[in-house]
Amino acid sequence: MVNRKDLLGIKELSVPEINLILDTAAGFKDVLGRDIKKVPTLRGKTTVNLFFEPSTRTRTSFELAAKRLSTDVINFSVPTSSVVKGESLIDTALTVQALGADFIIIRHSSSGVPHLLSKKLRASVINAGDGTNEHPTQALLDAFTIKEKKGEIEGLTVAIVGDIAHSRVAKSNIYCLTKLNARVRLIGPSTLIPDEIEGMGIDVFHKMEDGLKNVDVLMMLRIQMERQGKGFFPSTDEYSKNWGLTLERLSLAKDDAIVMHPGPMNRGIEIASEIADGPKSVILEQVTNGIAVRMAVMYLLAGVKR
Amino acid sequence: MRILIKNGHIIDPSQGIDSIGDILIEDGKIQEIKMQKTPLHPPLTKGGQRGDNDSELKIIDAKGLMVMPGLVDMHVHLREPGFEYKETIKTGTMAAVKGGFTTVCCMPNTYPVNDNASVTEFIIRKAAQEGHCFVLPIGAITKGQKGEELAEIGTMINEGCIAFSDDGQPVMNSLIMRRALEYSKTFDVPIISHCEDLTLSEGGVMNEGLLSITLGLVGIPAEAETIMVYRDISLAELTGGRLHIAHVSTEGSVNLIRDAKKKGINITAETCPHYFSITEKVVKDYNTNAKVNPPLRTVRDIEAIKQGLSDGTIDAISTDHAPHHVDEKLREFDMAPFGISGLETALGLSLRLVQEGILTLSQVVEKMALNPVRILRIDKGTLKTGASADVIIVDDNKEFKIEAEGFVSKGKNTPFEGWILKGMPVLTICKGKVYEW
Repeated sequence: MVNRKDLLGIKELSVPEINLILDTAAGFKDVLGRDIKKVPTLRGKTTVNLFFEPSTRTRTSFELAAKRLSTDVINFSVPTSSVVKGESLIDTALTVQALGADFIIIRHSSSGVPHLLSKKLRASVINAGDGTNEHPTQALLDAFTIKEKKGEIEGLTVAIVGDIAHSRVAKSNIYCLTKLNARVRLIGPSTLIPDEIEGMGIDVFHKMEDGLKNVDVLMMLRIQMERQGKGFFPSTDEYSKNWGLTLERLSLAKDDAIVMHPGPMNRGIEIASEIADGPKSVILEQVTNGIAVRMAVMYLLAGVKR
Repeated sequence: MRILIKNGHIIDPSQGIDSIGDILIEDGKIQEIKMQKTPLHPPLTKGGQRGDNDSELKIIDAKGLMVMPGLVDMHVHLREPGFEYKETIKTGTMAAVKGGFTTVCCMPNTYPVNDNASVTEFIIRKAAQEGHCFVLPIGAITKGQKGEELAEIGTMINEGCIAFSDDGQPVMNSLIMRRALEYSKTFDVPIISHCEDLTLSEGGVMNEGLLSITLGLVGIPAEAETIMVYRDISLAELTGGRLHIAHVSTEGSVNLIRDAKKKGINITAETCPHYFSITEKVVKDYNTNAKVNPPLRTVRDIEAIKQGLSDGTIDAISTDHAPHHVDEKLREFDMAPFGISGLETALGLSLRLVQEGILTLSQVVEKMALNPVRILRIDKGTLKTGASADVIIVDDNKEFKIEAEGFVSKGKNTPFEGWILKGMPVLTICKGKVYEW
């Protein structure tokens, strides 16, 4: 049983908690396959999507998850909110809670914001991505997808490719996969993989040709165009030539390897179109699984099973 | 008023005193100091009588307590003018007196910046009217602390500035820093450098390392400090100016300063209690009260700083007292301001170095009173006959718990909440007043 009010990160979760979420998500995935995709489980509860950073897919996924569980959903849209009038973060969150929110799904560009709010709010806080810290539900849906495709996570070799330093998706996946006893490799230019990160119990490779050998899972990260002018790499063209996933490079991985991407993709830059649309790609399944995983998280935090 | 402090353990490194004795204070000055072998008798009254029944004489029994010169903090932010919601000269000097400081030097990053004589004059006047302790302003090196043009250093000295610094805003332009070190020689005042390479520290909010990665916070590498320490040492060597390095936080800086001193370069340095007491780990859980610049570092840095204090590489302990309003700290870690409210915890934290055997009591007083006075060439920090009666009495057996709620400073921003320390000032004499706690 998950015995916590909030989901702040994978860092804080135990292995049994992660497994419980994944198992619960499997049940919800069945629901999503039915004709009537909705359960009355959390009827009467209210969910607020409090997004301080633009997001379409994550917000929509949480919105659908909340609706499938029969909660009422409000999207707190930042550009028209009081935030632009200088309201403090905590005042905004307390206001949302006073409106009756039971779940506050938060995304913010500053790391640690969900942690700060979780101490101030009675409502369940779910981290939908904070700065460069964590994006726990993404890692959970990735683990769910891997498990679905591979049966077990333990013993698999997973390569995460790209801007590790600035990626909350990478961070959450490193925690999640290492906790589940997968071997994690990070691949990318040394500017985007700080040396100290080896302390997280992973292996670092700078060349795709070395890092991709015999991997079971490839996770490609979106390359942020704005990093280019900051000296992390000279051009997207050079990045693509060195760390873009091509069919040739993919052939280094195991024959039954799967390719993942949290989206949105830069086709032709970090991933070739043939791969994104090819048989090894599970990218769209990740999206579908995201709803089931987020339903499981909300359901468990609500403590309904008690 | 006359005060006789009897039987105290007097520690005054300016005279090499570290033993039991008595001190007589008269008209705000140290009248006499006698060691125990020849105890100081109650002085003659005007009527020629001698005795404890003299009604004008206040006798303080300091048996079992330490008596020291009032401490001198060469690095505080009093926030006035401009940021009175964070701190005022009145509240900041009250916090100083409570913490055992009788002289504080305030940094120029007020609003307006103390980069001209009228702001200096305002601070001096306000401190004379409302200050509980002596306040000596530090003027800005450059106009508006912009690092572009020298401020009117000579004119500000005439109004009372005793040193110059762009604290918080390092002078990035090496030529301007060179000119500052050269020009300040004309007036024989120190230049205090906040060493930070802004291009390396850009966007940083904590120490760079595995912890900054796992917290998803932008790191400030130790090298952002050491590069500038090296630059400023080089410029001090080039110019012969009096350079003082503020708030040393890294092992690399300690090593550079030690080597420079060996070479005979004219530099001094300070650190702050948080840099030898806590590491970056305190930032965990996004504790904005541990957000400070330079950032809290690692155990290795702490050890190097302790070594530097012990071998004399680091001359002084200052607080970098940086009070902020609670609302400013209660927010996104990225957005919260840097700074720790330090005046009311500094002595207790520094006395831990004595308890750990790193410094002697006398050395602590040196770092917190005598050396700042020598660096700044001001007439404080001593119990010599004729000196102004800035005296503190410290109970080094009394435990106290740090509770920000009880701070007299407006700044409740401390990462030491709940710590239990030994060694609290129980009495401060300053500007003719006796404060008992």
